[in-house]
Amino acid sequence: MNNPTPVDLPAAIDARGLRKQFGDEIAVDGLNFQVRPGETVGLLGGNGAGKTTTISMILGLLLPTTGSVSVFGADMATQRYQVLPRINFSSPYVDLPKRLTVRQNLTVYARLYGLVDVKDRIAALTDDLDMGPFIDRKTGTLSSGQYTRVMLAKSLLNDPALLLLDEPTASLDPDTADWVRGYLEAYRDRTGAAILLASHNMVEVERLCSSVLMMRSGTIQDRGKPQDLVSRYGRQNLEEVFLDIARHKDLPEGDRTS
Amino acid sequence: MTSPDLNLPPHHRPASLLSSRRIGAMILRYSYVLRSSWPRILELAYWPTIQMVLWGFMTLYLLQNSSILAQATGVLITGVLLWDVLFRSNLGVAIPYMEEMYSRNLGQLFVTPMRPFEFCVSLMAISGIRTILAVLPASLLALPFFDVWVFETGLPLMAFFINLLMSGWALGLVIVGLLLRYGLGAESFAWLGVFLLAPISCVWFPLDILPGWLQIVALSLPMVYVFEGMRGVLFDGIFHWDLLFWAVGLNIFYIGLGALYLMAMFHKAREMGLLLQQGE
Repeated sequence: MNNPTPVDLPAAIDARGLRKQFGDEIAVDGLNFQVRPGETVGLLGGNGAGKTTTISMILGLLLPTTGSVSVFGADMATQRYQVLPRINFSSPYVDLPKRLTVRQNLTVYARLYGLVDVKDRIAALTDDLDMGPFIDRKTGTLSSGQYTRVMLAKSLLNDPALLLLDEPTASLDPDTADWVRGYLEAYRDRTGAAILLASHNMVEVERLCSSVLMMRSGTIQDRGKPQDLVSRYGRQNLEEVFLDIARHKDLPEGDRTS
Repeated sequence: MTSPDLNLPPHHRPASLLSSRRIGAMILRYSYVLRSSWPRILELAYWPTIQMVLWGFMTLYLLQNSSILAQATGVLITGVLLWDVLFRSNLGVAIPYMEEMYSRNLGQLFVTPMRPFEFCVSLMAISGIRTILAVLPASLLALPFFDVWVFETGLPLMAFFINLLMSGWALGLVIVGLLLRYGLGAESFAWLGVFLLAPISCVWFPLDILPGWLQIVALSLPMVYVFEGMRGVLFDGIFHWDLLFWAVGLNIFYIGLGALYLMAMFHKAREMGLLLQQGE
């Protein structure tokens, strides 16, 4: 049986009026956006812009104050267990247990995701991500580059149809970071997975993302294809656009697309 | 463009409400931690053994002066060991959870298909394993040290053990709920919370020692029925089935209550955004 085409599928992410308030502080305010299957969308913004709060709501780890977010049609506040087997994520806010070996960690997560051929899947990922030399080492003894590959392996264990990545290449050397980006591109092209990427690395965003959401103070300030944004702001690259938005140098209302 | 397959691929099992595989995965995760460090296993058995030795010598001393103790020489040692079942069972639920907090792993666990209920079941299962590892060496050592074979009590001892294990689970679930809500600020409850109940659990003295109003409070605790039952067996050689039924009934009630409290705190943690922030 043929898979449905990406247009037939429900949106990988569909956020509608998404708002989160902690006491008097509004962390995220009225976000509306969609991510289609096969698309990589960048979620950009300075520290405290609301990126991690948004990702947490998409994962169902955080309940929205108002509004809703659905993943492949399932409301993440109430129906998250229907789609969690097809989602995965990586974030600097979480770690893997350091006392367990890489293989042990991956085995536990593979079982939690309900994989049947755990050994085969881990062997394939070990091969794919070149983790052979350290697969039986304790996770806490790995270098940053090795650890990033392990986190990536954990994120891909269940062949996710939606991958949420928060700073996937932070603290990596340029060579390793480039390799990770290449791997993600290949994974998306091979599987048609949707990727939401929060990153401060504009080179990474320009390479991977078909569109970006520019956030500031919990709202989407602007959105569009990276090259379109660069043109509209009359800048050389996305980093300069990012700085303009972060420093409140907005386009006139009429030129914005948020 | 390739489209993603939203059906589970062949190497997946379909999601279910209660998966023994996911529970098994968590038990495996905690057994990896135990197996990776022999000092952890030694630490489990250390305190129960020291307690047993201390109270054993105390018993030998009191035997010279107490006619009550002379009727049942093992009563203090058995009481100490059974109290430790409760203490270890409670810790056995809370410590694995705290290990997830220390290792900043909760955010990852709670975005897998594992449900909070499955997490509770795995914590209770690993608590049972940890409690056996903790109490068994001390129970065996009571024989060479004091000539007390605690297993002589047989099936009643098993009933006491299981009930205290259940009481520890109920308390542990409440503590995990507190940890979910208040983070590691609530850590001391895991270590000390059970001692709040010690004076009214009637471990070393009978219920009727307590003032009348406190007896009513104490009777709401399943442990009281277990320790009263233990004294019945050791002093009179009678197993009181009615006490066992009360203990089981109350334990089931409190485990249900503990699980409901944990679920409520999980919901609260999702409202407050605590699941990604938990750590040192």
